[in-house]
Amino acid sequence: MMLEVENLSVVFRDRRPPLTAVDGVSFQMGEGELLGLAGESGSGKSRTAHAILGLLPAAAEVSGGVRFQGRDLLTMSSVERRQVQGKDISIVFQEPMTSLNPTMRVGRQVEDALRVHTKMAAPERKTRALEAMELAGLPDPERVYRAWPHELSGGMRQRAMIASALVLRPRLLIADEPTTALDVTVQAKILDTLREINRKEGTAILLISHDLLVIRNLCTRVAVMKDGRIVESGPVDQVFQSPREDYTKLLIASRPTRKKLQGGGSHG
Amino acid sequence: MRRHNWYLRLGCLLTAVMVMFSLVGCFWTPYDPSALSSTDRYAAPSLTHLFGCDSLGRDIFSRVMQGAGTTLSIAFAVLLLGGTAGLVIGALCGYVGGAADALVMRLCDAVAAFPSILLALVVLAVTGPGKRNVILALGVLFIPSFARLVRGEFLRQRELDYVKAARLAGVRELRIVFVHILPNTLPVLLSGVTIGFNNAVLAEASMSYLGIGVTPQDPSLGYMLSEAQGFLMRAPWYTGALAGTVILLVLGAGLIGEGIRARMGDGT
Amino acid sequence: MTAFFKRLALLLVTMLLVTALAFAAFTVIPADPTASILGMNATEEQIAALRAKLGLDLPLWQRYTTWLTDFVRGNFGTSYRFSMPVEDLLRPRVEATLALTGLSFLLIVAVSLPLGLLAAHKEDGLLDRLVTVCGQVTMSIPNFILGIGVIWLFALILGVFQQKYVPPEDGLWAHIRYLLFPALAVALPKTAMTVRLLRGSVLGELRQDYVRTAYSKGNAPRAVLVFHVLRNAMIPVVTFLAMTIPDIMAASIVIEQLFGIPGLGQMLISSIGNRDYPVVQAIVVIAAFVVVACSFLADLLYRLMDPRIGGR
Repeated sequence: MMLEVENLSVVFRDRRPPLTAVDGVSFQMGEGELLGLAGESGSGKSRTAHAILGLLPAAAEVSGGVRFQGRDLLTMSSVERRQVQGKDISIVFQEPMTSLNPTMRVGRQVEDALRVHTKMAAPERKTRALEAMELAGLPDPERVYRAWPHELSGGMRQRAMIASALVLRPRLLIADEPTTALDVTVQAKILDTLREINRKEGTAILLISHDLLVIRNLCTRVAVMKDGRIVESGPVDQVFQSPREDYTKLLIASRPTRKKLQGGGSHG
Repeated sequence: MRRHNWYLRLGCLLTAVMVMFSLVGCFWTPYDPSALSSTDRYAAPSLTHLFGCDSLGRDIFSRVMQGAGTTLSIAFAVLLLGGTAGLVIGALCGYVGGAADALVMRLCDAVAAFPSILLALVVLAVTGPGKRNVILALGVLFIPSFARLVRGEFLRQRELDYVKAARLAGVRELRIVFVHILPNTLPVLLSGVTIGFNNAVLAEASMSYLGIGVTPQDPSLGYMLSEAQGFLMRAPWYTGALAGTVILLVLGAGLIGEGIRARMGDGT
Repeated sequence: MTAFFKRLALLLVTMLLVTALAFAAFTVIPADPTASILGMNATEEQIAALRAKLGLDLPLWQRYTTWLTDFVRGNFGTSYRFSMPVEDLLRPRVEATLALTGLSFLLIVAVSLPLGLLAAHKEDGLLDRLVTVCGQVTMSIPNFILGIGVIWLFALILGVFQQKYVPPEDGLWAHIRYLLFPALAVALPKTAMTVRLLRGSVLGELRQDYVRTAYSKGNAPRAVLVFHVLRNAMIPVVTFLAMTIPDIMAASIVIEQLFGIPGLGQMLISSIGNRDYPVVQAIVVIAAFVVVACSFLADLLYRLMDPRIGGR
């Protein structure tokens, strides 16, 4: 297995009373697999993803195990972990508006991982960045490379985020509600792009979403989270057609009124 | 949160002590602050003369009390003049809006861009020195900053529901401005007042120190500092006592302002 | 670009307004300068002749336009007291003030940037607390008291500083070394404010989503701070620094007097005392120009640093 998450827990000790955001989550992902992590906002799915990459604030206490290609990400030093971040595992966040640095040209942000992890010269970095941007489905990469984030539409920004995550061809891409902030037609196109990337590069994708339809659209397997725990998991069609848990049924049923869930989706 | 309360508490305590000290100094001092004594020239601090004596044998403690009284009364008069005028102008501009508002604010911006000491010096160059002129000059120059502050707060409050409700209920406009909105702008105004107080003390002290502020008949702390500097070597306690008084006055108001702002920032 | 020109036009209007005010203020002054020039025993004819010579008998608007065109050409009028062109009187003084202001500004930047960054880097650490407390106290001290403190400590106690102005002719290094002490008194409160602003700005930026993105790429904390956060955090600080130049000049007025530096500030004070209005007028207009220019500079820098605004 490429990724093994075992009994992962996240507790915020600075909250009163202490908040257990993730409570003993376990799952596995193979190379090139497409796994969906579903659940309402506040169910701990985003926190799980951030814990895997070590992106939680210092106040969060993380326990359990996250093994990636046989190495435990939780026990390694911060220097070692930084060598994995952005190189072997990348992440795309929900808010393409704020996740990009407003005062840095898009091209430089796409190249960021190259500057951190390689000693490539500028022209080579640019070539690689343009390739990644093409892979992420950005039209006219040369122009976007020189653009500022505020000059792009929401969908384009999210594609720029995806390009920046893909620039080093990671084995695992975590997509944290990548389409929630976008309108429906753009959503579908972004999902197509993610599927393309999985097919062409063999990148495993952990898709986090409150929207089971989005997960069904892309993933082969799904795990449903509630109150920090996985309550149900299995092949996506099976879970969809005969959900065991009432909560899962509720999630499927709530699909038409998903506006309600959208509001706090970022904490999901 | 705890630290902010600590700011506010310490500031209030310090200010209360300093104001008491200065107020008493307006009416009573342990010795006559201008009584000369040839035997006590340059007397070091002792139990009879708490802060020692100056080159003419005058009791420095009494002089500091008197000076603090003058400085404080000037600062209060300036605040009263600038604050009241600024309040009325700002309130009307903020509530009425439109071209009159734009014009007044442009003028305020122009005045506020200048360092207040510079403008006050120029005004005093025209009017001549003296306590009354200092108050007038500083008071007028403080109007814009108060007006801007109050106006901003009024613009915010004007759109809130309670104002709309009052308007719908047929309350007269002037009554809305001064009875309904004004009390709600007090926290912001209070923090502005602490800044204004500090600027008034600093400006008065600097001007009087330069010999362009108060006249020798009513010496302020700044005026005395220009005297004290002459014998910094022989009686450093004179300068020390005066400087300490100015600093504590300003520090107290500064801490209160800090505390208020922190409290408002916390949303409590 | 249109916004830029609009801004420029607004500044010109402001300048025109300020000059008109400066002119009006010193023209409607009650005391007639002829009395102070000629003395108490002057005859009517002498006064009338002088008034004509000084152009005091022309209508107001005409006097203003003549005065303004002269001013723009670098002809600032004649000092009542020294009977010489104001521009010749001020020229050597501008150098001293510029040197003091420039040195103070450099001190502020050189000290506050690293301190602010370090304080924010370890929020609530020892340095952060120390900087916060010291800053609060430093901001409460008027410049001239700091100046007296500097003299007392460095000249009287430590003896590393002579209280006598060293002109640049005596050697540039000695000149700068002398100015370093008054500059310290000018710079300290502003340094404290800049540190506080920068610290708050950096801490605010560190909470932004793009910082999480930068960390997710494997950036070390220092790289996040330098490559990603710094430019964003500097936007308000640079604006503040540009706007602070007039304040530094105002502080130098008092400090020049205290340290006996023959600059514009000292000239202003003595001219106010002597009612030498052409000199006061000239210095006020110069100060107004500095204020307006700095606010323009702040605006320009803001546009340059924040691409979200610069494009428009």
